[in-house]
Amino acid sequence: MTGLAKQRREEPGPLEYLRRWPIRTWLVLVTIFLYAPLITLMAFSFNDSKRNIVWRGFTLKYYAQTFADSDLITAFGNSLTIAMVSTIASVILGAFTALLLWRFRFPFKPALEGALALPIVVPEICMGVAMLVFFTEIMPWPTDLIWPLNLGAIIISHISFSFSFVAIVIRGRLASFNRELEEAAKDLGAGEWRVFRDILIPHMGPGLLAGALLAFTLSLDDFVITFFTSGPDTSTFPVKVYSMVRFSVTPEVNAASTILIVLTVALTAVALRVSGGQVALAEAEGR
Amino acid sequence: MTTPAKTIIQFENVTKRFGKMIAVDDVSLSINEGEFFALLGPSGCGKTTLLRMLAGFETPSAGRILIDGEDISRIPPNRRPVNMVFQSYAVFPHMTVADNVAYGLTIEKVAAPERARRVEEALALVKLDGLGGRKPDQLSGGQRQRVALARALIKRPRVLLLDEPLSALDAKLREQMRSELAQLQDKVGITFLIVTHDQDEALAMASRCAVMNRGLLQQVATPGDLYEFPNSRFVADFIGSVNMFEGRLLVDEHDRAVIETSELPTKVYLDHGVTGAHASTVWVALRPEKIELHKRGQGTPPPDLEDAPANHNLAAGVIRQITYLGSESVYDVEVTGGRTLRALRSNLTRRDQEDFVCDEPVWLAWHACSPAVLLS
Repeated sequence: MTGLAKQRREEPGPLEYLRRWPIRTWLVLVTIFLYAPLITLMAFSFNDSKRNIVWRGFTLKYYAQTFADSDLITAFGNSLTIAMVSTIASVILGAFTALLLWRFRFPFKPALEGALALPIVVPEICMGVAMLVFFTEIMPWPTDLIWPLNLGAIIISHISFSFSFVAIVIRGRLASFNRELEEAAKDLGAGEWRVFRDILIPHMGPGLLAGALLAFTLSLDDFVITFFTSGPDTSTFPVKVYSMVRFSVTPEVNAASTILIVLTVALTAVALRVSGGQVALAEAEGR
Repeated sequence: MTTPAKTIIQFENVTKRFGKMIAVDDVSLSINEGEFFALLGPSGCGKTTLLRMLAGFETPSAGRILIDGEDISRIPPNRRPVNMVFQSYAVFPHMTVADNVAYGLTIEKVAAPERARRVEEALALVKLDGLGGRKPDQLSGGQRQRVALARALIKRPRVLLLDEPLSALDAKLREQMRSELAQLQDKVGITFLIVTHDQDEALAMASRCAVMNRGLLQQVATPGDLYEFPNSRFVADFIGSVNMFEGRLLVDEHDRAVIETSELPTKVYLDHGVTGAHASTVWVALRPEKIELHKRGQGTPPPDLEDAPANHNLAAGVIRQITYLGSESVYDVEVTGGRTLRALRSNLTRRDQEDFVCDEPVWLAWHACSPAVLLS
């Protein structure tokens, strides 16, 4: 007992930052400001009150209402569809862009590399306006198409900004590729295609996954660009939530948001779990 | 061994330029079947480029490369009858050991049962039996190298190329792998071509070595000849350690030669002729172990050299530094005139190291057959 007490009073070691009060305070503050809003949102989705101010007791009725709201469900379905299609497209496009930039030397390569970062640095609002102009003036997207073709404009604009994130992530991954692996495969008789399939793709794996995850979440919660490109009859979840919030923050919005949060967290967890082995592999390789 | 050596690889006036840099400069070289051949040289001398041209990862700017008499300069690497062990081993990290070793056979579409049998054979050959299911990150560096070896050997190449295979291993393991590689080559009978910057490695393993410098082939010879009969100052200096003097040829007859050098208080006498024009500048290379140390106390006569005239091959000096290396000691001796010579003495008995002390006056002597005379 006395030994334990003594130990507690000991000065923290040089690297035991977590035992120093400034760091602890900072940690607590970060946690509060980062997670308190989210927790509040989730908590109030179970609040049995029309107004979001005082706690009146637990209820699930807003979840029931959310699921009954066919507009919201449609918007949610649209969001998921857009996210999935644009993720697949931008991973493929991004991977090949990254391969191109990594593998070949050609004129204006620095210019292309710079342009790749544009969608990331250009303010979203400008991208949104640009897309709006493009889809009204240059290539009008018909509004009367059947689902999911009516989402085409949104999907294209999502691909156009998320593929550069994917390309940059995969480019980074490729930078750590040991060229001797490729040469070894060729030395053992592999042609270009076998090298690509057997060596390069497995190496890109973690990058592909990280890129896909990034593209999916970017697309799922994009509001600005979607707002400008969605037609009068198409809506996505963030856009729909925004239109609901314009009148008042109802518990229904809280419920819908909670569902989205849970979904994204679950998806990320699964993706990280799946990639766990690959990430460890990448680390071993970098040794 | 009774059959005459058959040429397997032939470099014909091979040149490789990278932009303005000439990596390999007009190299012609033949390697025989069954040889353990080493390409030796300092980093950047072009030896790796030469190897990579043979493997197909670089194309010669000029010249031809023949394997079994067939020009392979334009054949892609995946269709050449050579396999390589890479410096980083390049073991595929996402495949098991067995899959790594089987990779070449998988591409050749060898049937599964035969593939499995050959993988087992190859793993046994490199003493990795039973580790086929492991992933590369569960292996040590030495084991990964064995995987790379097995993976290359399983294809039964005409030539096995090894790029600095031992450089990443620690000293003890390196020595062990040296003899294992030599044994392995004996066992499989495949021609080995190894690239190394480590002269000990080349001397220990190779049956023949080529020394390269700045893209040029300097000398091709057996390890013994490289060490004892270097053909240039570069080779003499690169292989082992050496005392080098610049001198002038005074006498050059068929059975003797005398060289005068301002760096030594003695003339250098040789018991053989040197093909050099009279009075031309030559260089004398004298290995440290070929210099004898003798006591030079008051009243002690100079040692008698039966194979050289008086005042030849004999220099008075003072020991300035002794480096004790266990099996031998290295003595740095300052001779009259200021030049320091390095002499090496084996510690044949346990008391030998006590024979000489620092600042002791000594005689340095060497036999008339010991120095190598270099014309360039």
